[in-house]
Formats: sequence, structure tokens, C-alpha cells
Amino acid sequence: MKKRNLLQRSIIIAIVTVVGFYMVIGPRGRRPHLNDFKWSGIKANLAQNIHLGLDLKGGSHLVMRVKVEEYLKRLTEDSAVAAQNAAKDAGFEVKEAHAETANGDYRVVMTANDTSKIKDMREAVQKKVDLSDNAGWSFSSSGPTMTWSLNGTTQRSLAESATEQALKIIESRINAVGVAEPTLQRHGGQNSHQILLQMPGIQDPEHVKQLLVGESHLELVHVISPPNPSPAQTYFSKEEAMSSLNSGGNIPANRRLLPYTERADLNSTDANAKAPKPVKYVVVESPAIIDGVELRTASAIPERAGGDKYQISFSLKKSGADKFGTWTGANINEYMGVVLNNEVKSIAFIKSQIFDQGEITGNFTKEQGEDLALTLRSGALPAPIEYQEERTVGPSLGADSIRSGVRASVLGLALVVAFMLFYYRGSGVNAIVALLLNMILMLAGLIMFGATLTLPGIAGIILTIGMAVDSNVLIFERIREEMRSGKTIPSAVEQGFKHAFVTIIDTHVTTIVSSVFLYFFSSGAPMIRGFAVTLALGLVVNLFSAVYVSRTIFIWLLSRKGRRVESLSI
Amino acid sequence: MIRIFHDIKIDWLGKRRFFIGLSILLMLAGMGTALYRHKFHPNGTDAFNLGVDFKGGTVITARFKQPPTVETLRAAISNAGVHDAVIQPVLDKAGEFLIKVPHQGAADVATESQAGVDAARAKVRQALNNFGSEADPTLRLEDDAKATYKIEGTDAVGQVASKQLRTQAIAVTVAALVGMLLFIAFRFEWTYGAAAVIAVFHTVLVTLGLFSIFQLEINLTVIAALLTLVGFDVNDSIVIFDRIRENRKLYRRMSLYDVTNLSINQTLSRTVITSGLVFLSVVSLVLLGGETLRPFSLALLMGILFGTYDTIAVAGPIMVWWERRLAASEKVAPANQRGMGVPVQGKAARIEAGRNSVGKPSKVA
Repeated sequence: MKKRNLLQRSIIIAIVTVVGFYMVIGPRGRRPHLNDFKWSGIKANLAQNIHLGLDLKGGSHLVMRVKVEEYLKRLTEDSAVAAQNAAKDAGFEVKEAHAETANGDYRVVMTANDTSKIKDMREAVQKKVDLSDNAGWSFSSSGPTMTWSLNGTTQRSLAESATEQALKIIESRINAVGVAEPTLQRHGGQNSHQILLQMPGIQDPEHVKQLLVGESHLELVHVISPPNPSPAQTYFSKEEAMSSLNSGGNIPANRRLLPYTERADLNSTDANAKAPKPVKYVVVESPAIIDGVELRTASAIPERAGGDKYQISFSLKKSGADKFGTWTGANINEYMGVVLNNEVKSIAFIKSQIFDQGEITGNFTKEQGEDLALTLRSGALPAPIEYQEERTVGPSLGADSIRSGVRASVLGLALVVAFMLFYYRGSGVNAIVALLLNMILMLAGLIMFGATLTLPGIAGIILTIGMAVDSNVLIFERIREEMRSGKTIPSAVEQGFKHAFVTIIDTHVTTIVSSVFLYFFSSGAPMIRGFAVTLALGLVVNLFSAVYVSRTIFIWLLSRKGRRVESLSI
Repeated sequence: MIRIFHDIKIDWLGKRRFFIGLSILLMLAGMGTALYRHKFHPNGTDAFNLGVDFKGGTVITARFKQPPTVETLRAAISNAGVHDAVIQPVLDKAGEFLIKVPHQGAADVATESQAGVDAARAKVRQALNNFGSEADPTLRLEDDAKATYKIEGTDAVGQVASKQLRTQAIAVTVAALVGMLLFIAFRFEWTYGAAAVIAVFHTVLVTLGLFSIFQLEINLTVIAALLTLVGFDVNDSIVIFDRIRENRKLYRRMSLYDVTNLSINQTLSRTVITSGLVFLSVVSLVLLGGETLRPFSLALLMGILFGTYDTIAVAGPIMVWWERRLAASEKVAPANQRGMGVPVQGKAARIEAGRNSVGKPSKVA
């Protein structure tokens, strides 16, 4: 082999090794100082550079799903109410209107009294409510019945945007709570509507969990009741409320029946007033006057100075305030209800025109009040959210895993080293240098790509050791074979590498192909992903360390022995 | 120079009936057990002992300062309203228990309630509080003087999520196999690819069969192990196939049967050394890797053994058998007819030339 070739190879290897070492144990974002060369400094840098996964570091891993079918259901139901109101406002007689939401179909169905008028009715409805073809609703009619059904493509895109919206809201809630270094991202496939939240260091995620999915659907509604001074109309049972509607046991589309618990007056001396009140029902008008979307801000304040009960005070955006002002101005002495998550929290009559201020009272504790204000501020979730996976790892459990993983790796490595030295003698050293370099470069690669090291990732490292050793065994066995067939040592080494290289490439590419498949099919299992990343990285590095570096050492050995090499320790 | 093997001349293919028979027997034993368990549920077992990842449910890792007996622990948990809990002391860590709780609440996937994923942890915590108080979440168990236990970790997976993970695990395995088949078909011939993939599939089935027989838990890490096996196993096959390809150029007159035997023998020392070394690493993983990685390490351990075996015993024979069948069918249908009049050239011509020499075993070895 040529001298220059050897020099060139040595320089490349030296540079890669030094850079690799620096990536692994060098400091980040500052210049190295003396302390970085001490054992404690190296350890600190190592801990800082390698991102450990939650299974090693400890923390919570939560997978939640946005119930997009609920979102589509609400959308369809709201559209049905709006369509009926629009038709009535335009002077048509509507026999019946309802939403059909089953088996993945979302339909608004409306029946007219007069079949001949449905063309005009459709026009009138679509003028006010966006049930057009462009919005993804396809129209069909049979006799007096009109049906708008939401097509599949639109369902998917609406579900997708609901998930994105939920992700944003959860992000703002997470930030408001102040969790350190959270990871929040979409999880699983495009149509799984899942969100993954990882919170390092949080071992008991109960409080955060409740807060994240807390529903905060605020509405201000018109309560159907005779106006002040007669008291607000409430009913003692659902049936009683239902019969007041005079609609034959069905709730008409423009009415809702909601539970209402009158607040007990805890400060009263009268035992009756102090006792908890039974659940009552009220009938309210649908749609609401104001929806939570119009909310500008909300905060928890004590009900009375120094008291331990809190209430929420909120204010509305400009558009909401205008709407609210107009309505309250026109409905003095009518009753209005504050509805939170489909439950009436308070009822009051309109004294005078109100624009943008309001409050929600409900005997909240300080924490409840603050959580509620936070969820109100971050906006209402477009759909309810359910938890599908919850994994928590305490720091000591993670530390145990690191310890056993490292121990297993060290033992495995030691056994391999012992065998290589025993079986291949001098060339065994060659293999060991390649193996150690492989591990360093692999860690450097993990750091460079910002990948996290997980428990299966450690397993991936152990397997890379296996593959790396295999490459050396392939090469050495081939060199031995060539030597046995009577070739000179330099030509046996050359031929050995040449033949083994083809095989090594084939085996490596096959495994890398399967790691790539593993990576793309494991979107729902980040742990498996960590394994795929380490394995693929280790194999790529191995092509360098086991083939290039190992070969260079052979070239160096042979060049030292001069032209006529008679023996090779292999 | 230490050598394990000296000039081996084993007629591996000659023993193919024995090998294939043994493989089929192993597969049947495993799959038979799985089917039997699936149908009759002896001692309440299922075809496979699926972990929470694939079945749904909750696993809680709890550590005690003064560990109670498994019986008292079970009684306390049962009193809290959690039935069918499996309590398993962690062998290598004193005072630590794995409490496995099946999915609580509605079994119906469509009506999965919030309580499903959350309920188990709360109930188990309530049960453990009978033994004393839990350590402060920010403190280690040893550092909290008042505490008697601490929940070190939980894994709760809902019905929907576990179903998804199940589908995904199967998809990943199939995808990896298909990817390898395509790559080998591209680098060699598709018969080679098919033989390698059938051999791997056999290893996966045998490993799964053993998991069924011994009722070892199958979780996400086991799938990672199976995929690693797929990689290692195909590696072994490729090393031999590479050698076959090389030898066919060197010994043009030798039959495929003999070339395959020769190639297996030439690479035998590499196969044994590599598998042996990987085996050593895996054994250290089984011994020191801890409870969390145990199913993973066990799957690898079995797979390495069968993977090495099936490269020699399954992949070679299937490939030779297939190539022979192709050669036989070509004699019936002449090449110019199959080629529809297009001149045979390049890669196709090479295959034709190669197949002509596929014949009965010659005496030369």
C-alpha cells in the first residue's frame, strides 16, 4: 500500500475521532476549560449532551385523543338548529328538523309542510347557514324531506383542524401551568387525532391531566321565563320542564333543557338557606346569545374581600360586546343564565344594558377558580378529549434502567473483547479499536441529530455491537481463508476486505432498510422509534469503523513490516 | 491460529428432510399450543400473554420499605374493588412489585370512558394506602421518613390505543419482511429473497410459539426484538447467498446443490462465531438487563438460536428446491416461448445459463 494513502486515511480517521469525542464529552455553547478534562467535568458534559428519554430520566408520557366525532356531532346539531331558525325566519313552515349522527354519517334533515316550496326553502336556509356544496355538504331531497350530508373529505379536514385547534389550546394551557420543558406533538397517523404530551420530571400528572382536558364551554343564554318581577321559572324535575314545552315529549330545536343548582347561602343564619339546594331544571333558548368564542379574558377573584370562595370575572371581545349590548338593551327585565359546560351556574335578570362584563359564581375554591379561569382564557376545546395512554416513570426507576442497561452492555462488550483477543490474537486489537470507535461515533451521531436515548435504544446499542463484531469476523475469516489458499499476506488482506465488503454492504443495507420501515411504521410507539434510530445510526457508523478504520490499521501494520511480510497475527 | 472448523464437508442439503421436518414440528408445536389456548383457555390463559401495550390495562410499579406479602397485597387491592389483579414481585429489586390490572370499566371500545385509563391507578393507590402513606412525589422513597411506599411508575393503555398498537406491530413486522424481500430480490434473485423471508418468518413463528408455550409476556419491546431477529436472520442468509453467488462464478460446472453446500460450509465458522458472540451479548442482557427488558432479551435469545439454525437448515434447501422447480418448468416451456420472441440477454441470460447447471448432486464436493 502506498504511504500517501495511509497518511490520508490516518488524517481522516483522526479528525472524525476527535470531532466524535468532542461531540460526546465536550461542553456545549462555551469554550472548553481545564475542568472539562477532569472526570467530574466529563461526566457533567456527558449528562448534558445526551438527551435521555422519559423511560430513563423519569416523567410522564400522555397520549390523548380528540373526540372529533363529538365535534362533528355538535357541528351538525348546531347546523340543524340554525337551518330550522333560518327557514322559519324566512317565513316557511317547517314540520320537523333534526340532526342524524350515527355510523360516521353527519346529516341535517329538515321536513317541509309543503313539498313545492323546498327549492325556495333550501335557498333561504343556505343564504344564512353555510350548508352549501362548497362547504362540503351535499344536498338531496325526497318529497318534502331535505337532507344535507357532510361528505367524507370535509369530515376529515374538519376533524383535522379540530385536532390542530385542540393542540394549540392544550399548548397554551401547558404553558400557563408552567411545566418545565414539555414536549407536545401530534401522535400516530394522520387520522388518529392523537396528541402526545411528555413532561420530564412530573411523576404524578393528575392535576395537569385534569386541567388539560377541562372543558370550558361558556355560554350566556336567554332563560325562558316570565320577566322580572316574577321569579325566574325553574322546574323541579325534567318531566315537569318537558311538559311546559307543550311539544309532545320532544325538545324543539330552538330550546334546551339544562340542569341548574341554586347556590346555598353559606353566610345565612337560616338553616334552610344554608342547606344544599336540589338540582332544578330550566328551559333556555337555543342558540345562545353569546358563546365562549367571544370571551376576551377571565380571572378568578375572591367573592368578598378576605373570603375563601372565588368567582370568575370575565369580559367579552368587541364583537361579542356589541351583540350582548344589543340583546340586553332590548330585553330589560328578562332572565339571563350563565351556562358552563351545559350546566346553568347562575340566573339573573337584566337590570340595564350590559356590554362586556360578567361573572360566574359557583362556590369555587381558589384552585378550582384559578384552573377554571385558565381554561376559559385558553379557549374552549373544540371537542372533548380522552386519555388513551398514560405512562409515568419515577427517576429512581429510570436510574435503575440506566444502571442495568450499562451493566449489560459492559458485560457483553467484555465477553466479546475477550473472545476476539483469544481467537484472533493481534487482529483482535484491531476489532476492538473499531468497536470502541463505533460506540463513540454512535453516541456522537445521537447527539448531533438531537435524538433521545431510550431503554430500547440501549438495546439497539448492544445489537450494534453484535453487527460490528460480525463485520470484523467476516473480514478476518475471509483473510484467513485467502491465506490458506496460498496467497501472500498483503494480497490475502486485500482480497479478504474486497470480498467481505460486498457481504457487509448487503447485510448492512438490509438491516438499515428494515430500521427505516420500523421508523415509519412506529409513529405510535416512540420507544420503538428510539430503537430504530440507534440501530440505523450504529450500522452507518459501523461501515466507517469496521471497514475503513480496520483496513487502515492493517495497511499500517503491513507497511511497518516492509515488503516481505511473512506472518500476520490473525 | 485457532480454528473451530477444519475443511468441513457436510452435506447440509442432504439432511433437508430432517431439518424441514424439525422446523415444521417446532412451528406446529408453537402454533398448536397457541390455538389450543385460544380455544380452550386452560388455567385462564390466552393464545398469547399480551402485555398492557397490546391488551390495554394498567401496570403499576410500587416499591415498599417493608414489603408486604403478595397475599396481603392482593387482598388489599381486591378490597379496593380491583379484581383479577396480577401481582408479581420484581426478582432483582427487593421490595418492588408489579401490579397488573386489567382494563377497568366498560369493555366496549366505542364507549371507552375517561375512567378506563385513570381508574386503576387511583384504586390501587387507595389500596396501598392501607399499608401507610405514599412518598411525596418530589422525594425518593428513602428520603421520605413518613412514607412506607411509592408508586415508581405506571403504564396505562386504553382499549383504543392498545388496538392501534396491535395493528401497528403487525404492520411493522410485515413491512420489514416485505422491505427485505424486495431488497434481496433486487440484489440476488427473487427466489433467494423468498427463501430468506420464509426462513425468517419461520423464526418469528417459532419464537412466538415459544412465547405462547411458556406464556411469556408480549409487549412493544418484544416486537422490537422480533424485528431485530428479522434483521440478524436475513444477515446470515445474505452472507451465505453472497458466497453462493461468488462460488457460482468460480465453479461454473458445479451444480447449485453442491455450490450451496460448499458455501454453507465455507461460511460456517463465521456463522458460528458471530451467532456465538451475539448470543453472549444477549445472555448478558438477559442476566443484567433488568425486569423491564426481560421479554425483549428472552425473545432475542430464542430468536438468535433459531435464526442461526434456519439459515442453514431452511433458507438453503428452500432456495435450491425452488430454483430446481423453475429449471424443471423451463424444460417444459422452452425459453423462446416464454420470452415471446424477445431475445434473451443480460441478466435474464445469466439466469438461464445458471439454471442449466441445476441438476442432481454431482460427486465433486
